[in-house]
Amino acid sequence: MLHRVSCLTVSEVKIPHIVPVIAIAVSNVVKQFGRFAALRGVSAEFDAGKFHVILGDNGAGKTTLLRALAGLAQPTSGTISILGRSPREACREIGYMAHPSLLYDEMSGLENLRYCARLYDIAGDGRCEQVIRSVGLEPELARPVGQYSQGMRQRMSLARAIFHDPRILLLDEPFSNVDVHSAREIVGLLKEMRDAGKTIFVVTHQASLLENVADEFVRMQAGQIVERTSGLIPNQAEAQ
Amino acid sequence: MSSLRSITLATLTKDIRLEWRSRDAINSMLFFSLLVVVIFSFSFDPNAEESRQIAGGLIWVAFLFAAVVALNQTWARELRNQVLDAYRVSPAPANALFVAKALGNFILVSLLEAVMAPLFMIFYNLRPLGPAWQLIPVAILGTWALVVNGTFFAAMSLRTRSREIMLPLLLFPISIPAVQSMVEATRIILAGDGSARFWIVLLLTYDVVFTTACLALFETILQAE
Amino acid sequence: MKRAFPILAALTALLLAYAFYEAMWVAPMERTMGDVQRIFYYHVPSAWTAFLLFTVNLVASVVYLIRRNAKADAVAVVCAEVGVVFCTVVLVTGPIWARPVWGIWWTWDVRLTTTLVLWLIYVSYLVLRRFSDSSQTPKLAAVLAIFGALDVPLVYFSIWFFRTQHPQPVIGGGGSIDPRMLHVLLINWLAFSCFAFLVCWARYRLEWLHREAEEEEALASLHGPSQ
Repeated sequence: MLHRVSCLTVSEVKIPHIVPVIAIAVSNVVKQFGRFAALRGVSAEFDAGKFHVILGDNGAGKTTLLRALAGLAQPTSGTISILGRSPREACREIGYMAHPSLLYDEMSGLENLRYCARLYDIAGDGRCEQVIRSVGLEPELARPVGQYSQGMRQRMSLARAIFHDPRILLLDEPFSNVDVHSAREIVGLLKEMRDAGKTIFVVTHQASLLENVADEFVRMQAGQIVERTSGLIPNQAEAQ
Repeated sequence: MSSLRSITLATLTKDIRLEWRSRDAINSMLFFSLLVVVIFSFSFDPNAEESRQIAGGLIWVAFLFAAVVALNQTWARELRNQVLDAYRVSPAPANALFVAKALGNFILVSLLEAVMAPLFMIFYNLRPLGPAWQLIPVAILGTWALVVNGTFFAAMSLRTRSREIMLPLLLFPISIPAVQSMVEATRIILAGDGSARFWIVLLLTYDVVFTTACLALFETILQAE
Repeated sequence: MKRAFPILAALTALLLAYAFYEAMWVAPMERTMGDVQRIFYYHVPSAWTAFLLFTVNLVASVVYLIRRNAKADAVAVVCAEVGVVFCTVVLVTGPIWARPVWGIWWTWDVRLTTTLVLWLIYVSYLVLRRFSDSSQTPKLAAVLAIFGALDVPLVYFSIWFFRTQHPQPVIGGGGSIDPRMLHVLLINWLAFSCFAFLVCWARYRLEWLHREAEEEEALASLHGPSQ
């Protein structure tokens, strides 16, 4: 069961009638690993407050792009601007979730979040407990994360990504190996967050889950963005 | 500054808690240390006078090997589930992570030394002829010298292939002046043969220089990807 | 630029030949050691050349860390490689010289030991470069070079003090040197430096071509393989 997430910080983004605010601007970004270029000149602007889905085959550069946006991978050349600043400077406004859980297996969910709260300088357990409930888990659960089911682990990983109330969410394969019910709940939660003004990026192979929720579908191929559509066209919806 | 301290403390207590929950790592390291002492005792079987001359060298070589095993272990935890990314993506400063890891390693290696040193004293019938209290600053400064660079190079090795061998490969050459200082100081104190002051000062200088270097450059290697 | 290389190579070859002639025939015979001492004209210039190259490596590493300049990184790796070669020459000629003269292979001579530690540090530098992914290598290697540089004075001091406690023979001779010998020494150093420069230049071009080829291959076709 999901509870409403209450946003603590009010977005300072003014939304004028005509021009939407640019949340992320990517300019000619190249990321080279030796002889292999994961990103080969990616340029794009992404509007704030929108839900963007990034699609593409394996090796298209989706994960590398997300990591570059999160500040984890430095581009070989090109610039990335998040809310007008570099990814590292804007780190408080970014929530990142990847396929590995980014959690300590030997600690419980609450203990993990408590530690993260210290990293983000957020006091008190209240926020942590609230976020854990919002993803449909019990804060009192003393079981270590390593013993969670995959669905629970994904939810806790999402909790870690959102608990500091970032304006931008970067989620890499949040639905992989998750049962349909949990996946739908996560989609519902993301939709609520988008409606509350957050900018969301999801990399996934299961685009059909987001068909009626996402504002834009971005297709990548061989390290570049090849297509941006506002609706899901039939060949983009890959099998679950 | 206070957030730096609180993050360092939070990371240190988290590491200690995690280490405590998976006690097999510490237990196996303790046993390894014991084995090292025993094997050295079989290899070098001197009388009391000779042993005072070489014990300085033996004991620190034994500590060095035990430390390498410990150092490799503590960063390995951050690689599981790519947890290190969670830290890197947060606003927490890189230095807080370094200091927390170095302190954690210091505690762990000191624990191993506390087990090994008495055993050495027993097996080699060691009785310091010089001022024994001086062994304390030597032990503290020497251990920190190994741990501060060891933590740094272990983090560097995370980005390389053959991670476990990279650490000693990088650490040993740079540690040579520190190891020499520790060995000489210990030998002098045990044999009562002059003053260990120069070596202690050199160790202190080494510690200051490299602690500064590590703090200045850790962010660079943490964010390297 | 390309024409300069063969000309410089020819000049260097001549200089090396001349320096060899000077070292083997012209330089006066050393009083106590005899002809064996002539290895001094290879031992010492190699050491100076190695130190020079490692200093350039340090400067290039610092420049790289500050400006992220790829050329600086290329210079760094080149100097490290050639420096290790010259360092090896020092470490090999030292014992070869010591054995007939003093009857021992090795002694904890300050300069020789410092050279050994430098050699160890830079070999570990080269291993690090080989074992890390090419996107992070420059940064990690540059940091290691700085650590190495900080270490060297400490090594020097610790060996120096160790020797005052445990006196040992000095290889390489301290004290004053006959001006004719100094003359030959400097000629040899000049020849070695030119040779080092030549090798570094060739290696640098090779390195730069290699990097350009990698970049081209990585960015290959802008339109990518069709689906």
